[in-house]
Amino acid sequence: MTLSAEMLALQKEIEEYAREFGLSYPPVHFEMLDYRLINQVAAYDGFPARYPHWRFGMEYVRLSKSYAYGLHRIYEMVINTEPCYAYLLASNMPIDQKLVMAHVYGHADFFKNNLWFAHTNRKMLDEMANHAGRVRRHVERHGQEVVEDFIDACLSLDNLIDIQAAGIRRRPLLEPADEEDKTPTVRKLRAKDYMDPFINPPEFLAAQQRLLQAEQEQQKHFPAEPERDALLFLLEHAPLENWQRDVLDIVREEAYYFAPQAQTKIMNEGWASYVHTHLMTERALLPSELIDYADHHSGTVAIQPGHINPYKIGLELYRNIEDRWNRGAFGPEYEACEDVQARRTWDTLAGLGRAKVFEVRRIYNDVGFIDEFLTEEFCREQQLFTFEYNQTTEEYEIASREFQDIKRRLLFQLTNFGHPLIDIVDANYENRGELFLVHRYEGIDLDVPYAQDTLKNLYTLWTRPVHIETELEEGGKLLLSHGPNGSSKHTP
Amino acid sequence: MALLIDQDASRFRQIVRGKIKQNLKKYMSNGELIGKQGKDLVSIPIPQIDLPHFRFGDPRDGVGQGEGEVGTSLGPGRPGNGTGKAGDQPGAHILEVEVSLQELAEILGEELALPRIQPKSKNNVEGETSRYTSLRRVGPNSLRHFKRTYREALKRQLSSGVYSWERPNIVPIRDDMRYRSWKTYPRPDSNAVILYMMDVSGSMTQQRKELVRMTAFWIDTWLRAHYKNLTSRYIVHDANAHEVDAETFYHVRENGGTKISSAYEFCKKIIEREYGDGAANLYGFHFSDGENFNSEDDNRCLNLLTEALLPQMNLFGYGQVASGYGAYFLGTLSRIHDEKLVTAHIGDPDDIFDAIKTFLGKGA
Repeated sequence: MTLSAEMLALQKEIEEYAREFGLSYPPVHFEMLDYRLINQVAAYDGFPARYPHWRFGMEYVRLSKSYAYGLHRIYEMVINTEPCYAYLLASNMPIDQKLVMAHVYGHADFFKNNLWFAHTNRKMLDEMANHAGRVRRHVERHGQEVVEDFIDACLSLDNLIDIQAAGIRRRPLLEPADEEDKTPTVRKLRAKDYMDPFINPPEFLAAQQRLLQAEQEQQKHFPAEPERDALLFLLEHAPLENWQRDVLDIVREEAYYFAPQAQTKIMNEGWASYVHTHLMTERALLPSELIDYADHHSGTVAIQPGHINPYKIGLELYRNIEDRWNRGAFGPEYEACEDVQARRTWDTLAGLGRAKVFEVRRIYNDVGFIDEFLTEEFCREQQLFTFEYNQTTEEYEIASREFQDIKRRLLFQLTNFGHPLIDIVDANYENRGELFLVHRYEGIDLDVPYAQDTLKNLYTLWTRPVHIETELEEGGKLLLSHGPNGSSKHTP
Repeated sequence: MALLIDQDASRFRQIVRGKIKQNLKKYMSNGELIGKQGKDLVSIPIPQIDLPHFRFGDPRDGVGQGEGEVGTSLGPGRPGNGTGKAGDQPGAHILEVEVSLQELAEILGEELALPRIQPKSKNNVEGETSRYTSLRRVGPNSLRHFKRTYREALKRQLSSGVYSWERPNIVPIRDDMRYRSWKTYPRPDSNAVILYMMDVSGSMTQQRKELVRMTAFWIDTWLRAHYKNLTSRYIVHDANAHEVDAETFYHVRENGGTKISSAYEFCKKIIEREYGDGAANLYGFHFSDGENFNSEDDNRCLNLLTEALLPQMNLFGYGQVASGYGAYFLGTLSRIHDEKLVTAHIGDPDDIFDAIKTFLGKGA
């Protein structure tokens, strides 16, 4: 349902403030939905239609139930498209809608300006509808269960992507066709027959021949470099039927579309919260709405012990950056200063804060954001800590309030959007056409039962045995395999 | 209004149903559903329905925000971490879904190939219900059927030539008005009473009672799906019998000898006193370890069954909950040849599946 005249006027007002604040965004199109529709849209990750799959149904059932029990309600959804589509829940109070609109303009600005979104398809609304059509056609032709099982297998691998790939061309998309294979031969030096064994000693020739062959083996190594974009690799090299390739292509495209959102969760929510606080408190808020606004806002940025709220931490970090750049509290001179009092009251009247936060929202993702701007003072102010499981009490407890520990842990859980780094290293493992993956171990074990089930799905696509090598916390390597005889696991 | 996602949701339910079917035997033998039963719903843990990924094992650390010294406890559950999906459901290879008891009964019926029950035909029609499925020409405005009224008016205008394509102006007159109205339907009313009897003599251990409890859960589930009103009565006995509530039934412990006839006698009395009119569908289920007092009492039991109980009942089931395969009372009952009597041996939880199949496989 499109907006009522009253809401349209409200939107116009908020948009005016957003422009005044310096945001730039594509046109924003609001839709007012009842709770059932908004749950549907939420289950579809913000889109009005997706391809048929039970996992959307599962999410919908879950959302509907928790809405019915009053456990949560969705205030707003916004998607990265042009025009930018945003959804409001019809039963919310006008003050909530106002706040949500301000928040949405923050997101719209972020989608448009943040570099990590630069490569996303802004016509994704149409693309998703196309995907739905394509999958439906495959279902009609090949049957629901067949297609569904294959989608399940693809989805199970959808985190095996190279999140940097959108910005970097690592290799030409299709390799040039190989020249005809020739067995290389060692060139002999010219010599008279009787001199030949001396000038070209046979043992030397044999050694050279071995070297050449080894070199050729190396060239034949496939893939030549470890490949992180496993979905692309499978798309190009797995023995798939055309419809299967199409499904895999759809899953891959959607995975890449959603990846930047996972990479910028803190920054994106933080930015939208930063924007709504400014628009609301400086312009939009009526005195009579203050209490409701404060109530809603504090709910959004509430903290629970043992939980990082991206809204809260993002908002505070932007505020912290703005404050520091306003005071000129950055650069070598400031960094070198060790007097706590002086650092606290440092002020060069630089006034660069607003410009800096706009720059930050443009060029960083969560990893860079935390790496660059999380400071010791900030950790202390925000009462950040790391927690660990205590074996003896069987409870989680606060483990450390040390800056370095917090930063390391936080960066770790953000790297590669929280997923393990996995490469395809060899597609002709042991010269048997088997697929060999390596988990780039960084200190946390893979979930082994999950990994075994995932391998099973990988085997569905590759059709030859598949292996993944990982390490264990207690030391040593672990090789998991799946083939026609089922799963196996051993420590080499 | 149907939503697009309803298809996905019903597909999801279908998958869940399939998983429950696959694992039904397991659910029946480990009894984990019993504590999760509400009024109409039961919560069922479904293994492996989510999509597996290469992901980190349960990380036992993370970053949080808030008050507290180093060492302050955050509680036994893993605190959620808001920046990834990892913390959403700890150890989430298992998903809990809610299924209505009606649906669970259907699944049970399909998987065990149980015949549907035909309730006794005595006094089958009782009372009437009215449903709004009809139309009338008179009625209150609140029940006006807009679409039908409009259609009547359109028909009238078309046939009388008043209708004009340029100005389609449909105004219903009194004769066009149609109102929703009710029709009465006979309502078959079926009542069933289950009389559970259990031996609580010293030899019935808690473990054996648990087997009874698990078996009774599935009997209840199945019968409830077939009768509008289902009442369960509970009778415990050692050398004497008396009626208790469900909670006591499964937990009471007494130390007498065993006289099974006492329970049957008591059962007979209840039937005579309260269900003598024959209107209710009566079910009797008796569980014992089979060690009856003496053969004299055995004979008394056989008499009570053939003379008083079986003629009155739809079905009488006897479950012998004993680890050994000694015949005991099971052997005694084999002297009766009546298809209303079904017997099963329940030695361990794995036998429940077959016991239920025997008990309910008669379609009575």
